[in-house]
Amino acid sequence: MSKLSDLAATNGLDRVGKRPKLGFYLAEVFRRRAFAWTLAKYRLLVSTARSRLGIAWLIVVPALQITVYGLIFGLVLGSSRPDNFLPFLIVGVVLFQFLAGSFSDGARSITSNSALAKSLSFPRVLLPLSAMVSQWLKFAGLMTLALVFLPIFGEMPRWSWLMMFAVIGLASLFALGIAMISARLTVHFNDLSQLIPFITRIAFYASGVFFSVERLTAGLPWLSFLEWANPVSVYLALARDVMISGHPAEGWLWAVGAVWGVVALVFGFFFFWSAEERYGRAG
Amino acid sequence: MAVLVRDHKPVVIVDNAKVTYRVYASGKAVGENDDSRVKRQGNLRTVEAIKGVSLIAYEGDVIGVIGTNGSGKTSLMKAISGLTPLDGGKIFASSRPSFLGVGAAMLKELSGEKNIILGGLAMGYSRTEIKEKLDEIIEFSGLRDFIDLPMRTYSAGMSERLKFSIAASREHDILIIDEALAVGDSKFRKRSAERMKELAKNAGCVFLVSHSLKTILETCNRAIWLDNGVLRADGEALEVCRAYAEEVGADLDD
Repeated sequence: MSKLSDLAATNGLDRVGKRPKLGFYLAEVFRRRAFAWTLAKYRLLVSTARSRLGIAWLIVVPALQITVYGLIFGLVLGSSRPDNFLPFLIVGVVLFQFLAGSFSDGARSITSNSALAKSLSFPRVLLPLSAMVSQWLKFAGLMTLALVFLPIFGEMPRWSWLMMFAVIGLASLFALGIAMISARLTVHFNDLSQLIPFITRIAFYASGVFFSVERLTAGLPWLSFLEWANPVSVYLALARDVMISGHPAEGWLWAVGAVWGVVALVFGFFFFWSAEERYGRAG
Repeated sequence: MAVLVRDHKPVVIVDNAKVTYRVYASGKAVGENDDSRVKRQGNLRTVEAIKGVSLIAYEGDVIGVIGTNGSGKTSLMKAISGLTPLDGGKIFASSRPSFLGVGAAMLKELSGEKNIILGGLAMGYSRTEIKEKLDEIIEFSGLRDFIDLPMRTYSAGMSERLKFSIAASREHDILIIDEALAVGDSKFRKRSAERMKELAKNAGCVFLVSHSLKTILETCNRAIWLDNGVLRADGEALEVCRAYAEEVGADLDD
């Protein structure tokens, strides 16, 4: 300890930039929740501000995606496509968009807001949290679209649709965890941002967005184990279980989804939080 | 350099602070680099922006921070506010210092009004507080006619004015003001100088970074002079400014 540090201690001065205690940090996050919400809302507005269709693009693009996937996979997969294919695909794409979006927006959340982080002090976790809120808003839009189209393809509204709240709740725990992890990783290795589309693609093809995991892994226990250890497959299966007919999920998948969610959230938060002091320098 | 010791209560203590930036350089250096701040190692340049600065700021101090471009003024101020992490040494403060820079981030596609709301929420205002302050901030910025236009349509001076108006709407214990007086036209400059004096009166301690020695002499009781990342002088404002003016050939009336 130097003389100056002693003087600071005797006068009750605290080290600046020091990461606050956990409870205080979380309280501060809660206090500024309006900031996370407003930033998310404004970012969505900004993302389409200069186009004619504006905010409608957030729905038009996924709708086009579903149409294209439906045509291509419907033709390519032929008779091996899952039963009830279009509703199967709609639910799959909508939920997958939500998870992939949390990953990629989370990864950008610190680096793309670095000017904000450099000039103001606030709990940095608000930035990945705000990315998460954007995804919720987008998901709400897409889900509304899905609710309109599912009855057209023969899926009538039913009470189990309400269980979608539980599915999205578990998926959100996982997605927020992933957003916090990728947010910190891109601060350390900006190169990761180049790999994100690639990782997302792999997840898309590996997680049963357009194929039935049961049918693919029938008679292959090790592959079946891998697929059900994959959280994305699990959340997709749970969503289809509650939303459409012909694709029931095993009860224990709820447990797998919950465990993945809690583990990702807790690990993600501490992983992110332990580098809190660094983020002012990001970008 | 000896640390200035006085009888008042210290509110900010900087203990041998060091800030180093690591930057990947593209392109080729022109000739041998003899700047003592920059070290080369392949493509990686290490820039020692602050090379061990110590000082004590006391209650009631209004400290002018002077030095040439790139001497480390902003780096030191950002370190004091906790925004830039240190690579050595420690900085202590009685409460979290607020950095009132004009570089605060904004979403350029959004209107000025939405940016005020966002900036205010980030500073810790509640939704109701920012709604109450909104009008006052718009009034202060003098941008009422343009407040619903996207900020990308603002001139540099206009957006700096808006940012300053947001930041200056709050009282701060320890306040760091970076070049703010240079913002805007003369009418706005006068208004912001008044506001800053007001803030300084209520704050425990103020750091004011400025290239205008006249401003420093008018507002500060004390000045520090940074040169190449080290503290060249720390003392009474007039003395330090005079020494600085002599070295760089500046005028005390500028």
